[in-house]
Amino acid sequence: MRIKIEKRFYITKWQEVCIILASIVLAFSSGALVFHFLGVDPLEAYKMMIDGSLGDFYGMSETVAKTIPLIMCSLAVALSFTMVVWNIGAEGQFVLGALACTAFVRYLYVDNFVVMLACMGISALLAGGLWGAFAGFLKARWNVNEIITTLMMNYVAILLLQYFVYGSWRDPTSLGFPMTPLFPKSARLHQFFSTRVHSGIFFAVIIALILWIVVRKGVWGYEIRVSGQNPKAADYAGIRSTRNVILVMFLSGAIAGLAGMAEMAGLHRRLQPGFAVGYGYTAIIIAWLARLHPLAIIFVSFLFGALFVGGENLQIAMRLPLSSVQILQGLILFFLLGGEFFRNYRVSFIFRKR
Amino acid sequence: MELIVPILAAAVRSGTPILYATLGEIMTEKSGVLNLGLEGIMLIGAYVGFIVTYNTGSPFWGLVAAFFVGMGVNVVHAFLCISLKANQVICGLAMTMFGTGVSSLLGRGYVGETIAGLQAVALPGLSSFPVVGPVFFSQDVMVYISYLLVFVVWFLMYRTKFGLMMRAVGDSPLSAEAAGISVSAVRYASTLLGGGLVSLGGAYLTVVYSHMWVDLMTAGRGWIAVALVIFAIWNPLRAALGSYLFGGVEALQMRIQAGGTTIPAPLLMMLPYILTIAVLVVISVFKGRGRMLGAPSALGLPFYREERE
Repeated sequence: MRIKIEKRFYITKWQEVCIILASIVLAFSSGALVFHFLGVDPLEAYKMMIDGSLGDFYGMSETVAKTIPLIMCSLAVALSFTMVVWNIGAEGQFVLGALACTAFVRYLYVDNFVVMLACMGISALLAGGLWGAFAGFLKARWNVNEIITTLMMNYVAILLLQYFVYGSWRDPTSLGFPMTPLFPKSARLHQFFSTRVHSGIFFAVIIALILWIVVRKGVWGYEIRVSGQNPKAADYAGIRSTRNVILVMFLSGAIAGLAGMAEMAGLHRRLQPGFAVGYGYTAIIIAWLARLHPLAIIFVSFLFGALFVGGENLQIAMRLPLSSVQILQGLILFFLLGGEFFRNYRVSFIFRKR
Repeated sequence: MELIVPILAAAVRSGTPILYATLGEIMTEKSGVLNLGLEGIMLIGAYVGFIVTYNTGSPFWGLVAAFFVGMGVNVVHAFLCISLKANQVICGLAMTMFGTGVSSLLGRGYVGETIAGLQAVALPGLSSFPVVGPVFFSQDVMVYISYLLVFVVWFLMYRTKFGLMMRAVGDSPLSAEAAGISVSAVRYASTLLGGGLVSLGGAYLTVVYSHMWVDLMTAGRGWIAVALVIFAIWNPLRAALGSYLFGGVEALQMRIQAGGTTIPAPLLMMLPYILTIAVLVVISVFKGRGRMLGAPSALGLPFYREERE
């Protein structure tokens, strides 16, 4: 028997979907091995995850609530990946957005919800955007590796958050808990039907639509795609990559920052250290799985929202820590990457002798 | 002097785990494979080192186990990136997530437990020199091994046949292939060896440095090591310099915190991360926009054997 590997020149949509589905099935199967190894019945664990996240109205609403920041962070990440600029800093930009809008509520409060929410949104956009643009500037100007700078800035952002919530922003009536006071009414986004799904979902969907049009249909989107896929060709075509790197990083950071604002004003309504649970990192998987397509991101984010809620359910019911979700995420990514090979190559087994 | 010597000694100790990781990553990258999973592999190494020492009572076996488990985990990275030609950036991130998750899931029952760990041994003779003695030669065995390792890695890379193959494969896989070298085999070997060293760096944290397991205890050291590889321009000797610089900042920060200060702890804890960015900017400004000296030209690029011309 021999194995023949040849490059594919085309792939049908159907084959592509099959490969992705197979990757996910394999990832969950190896996740089952991990659960088994820990002495947990994998079928029961997966059933509990699905029941908790998609099984009833409450679970479903929680899943949608988690989908909102995931969509925005994934769009942010996908935009930079389109230009092959590796923004791994969505987590930090998310935190910065939350910090900026909380600062606005704290120091410049106006009792008018239109003015207030607009100001909070803009400050979050700017804060996240500048946090990202700084790394973009370093890359554009001196070719500083953006993977490391954005990642280091995640650590700095989390410490900055701790500095404020353990320090001067702490609510004096919180009995020592590190959290700010609850936001006043006019600094909150509306929540629907007594669930935790908030109107931030409109931001998420609108940004997805805008990015779909701008990146997939517009001239600028074409430019950044060319810069990403073939920098030399982009240079010859007169595309200003330097400016675009900074702009892409600014926009990417701004979208993640806005996600932080939506999370604050819509869900938590106060700043506390545990609100950044790694959406910025999960976003990388989502963007990759959705092949950077803005509309596909909405759907994939929903699935990962379910994974998060399912993981929380697992935590409550089976006392498994949330890190089991991280393991599953790592496995999904491993298998997706492996599956990529079968997308680019056709592997066939030849049994007959020549 | 009484004030500075203990800080310098602590700098060497804090720098050692980063040094192991940096040396490991230099070997991996020299062969053209980018491994961004250092943070995850270090965490796995830290966990394995702790748990084996805890159960056997022997730090030696803890460290040995961490080395081999690190190699084993890196088989996944090697297989995906070398054999299946996967995107190396994303694969490294997957490794970080996986390692973080696995170590924190498995380690959750051991938080608060302590092990005897490795103790310091002053080298007779050398340790009695003023300043240099207490700073460099009154440390533990793993620190002494790391001194040797700097030269061993340098020797391996620049004075052996394997090192020549490694550099050839990292710079120009096509020419290496034409010269009859198996690109995959050399890359596998470098990636696995490097992964073992990175994992050993993680194990140093539990077995030697803190004698206990803390969730997420690497706190970005893996990423700092990735940055140090660039700072070191892939040179093991400069890697040592960079590692001790970061060890120094960590030691200084702990000293300031212990000495009672009005500067809030989170701001002090930012120092290593800000320094990482600063160091990268400085090195990039000096090297200009062109290809960095010492950077393997095929770094991060998969080798398509069937597409050679």
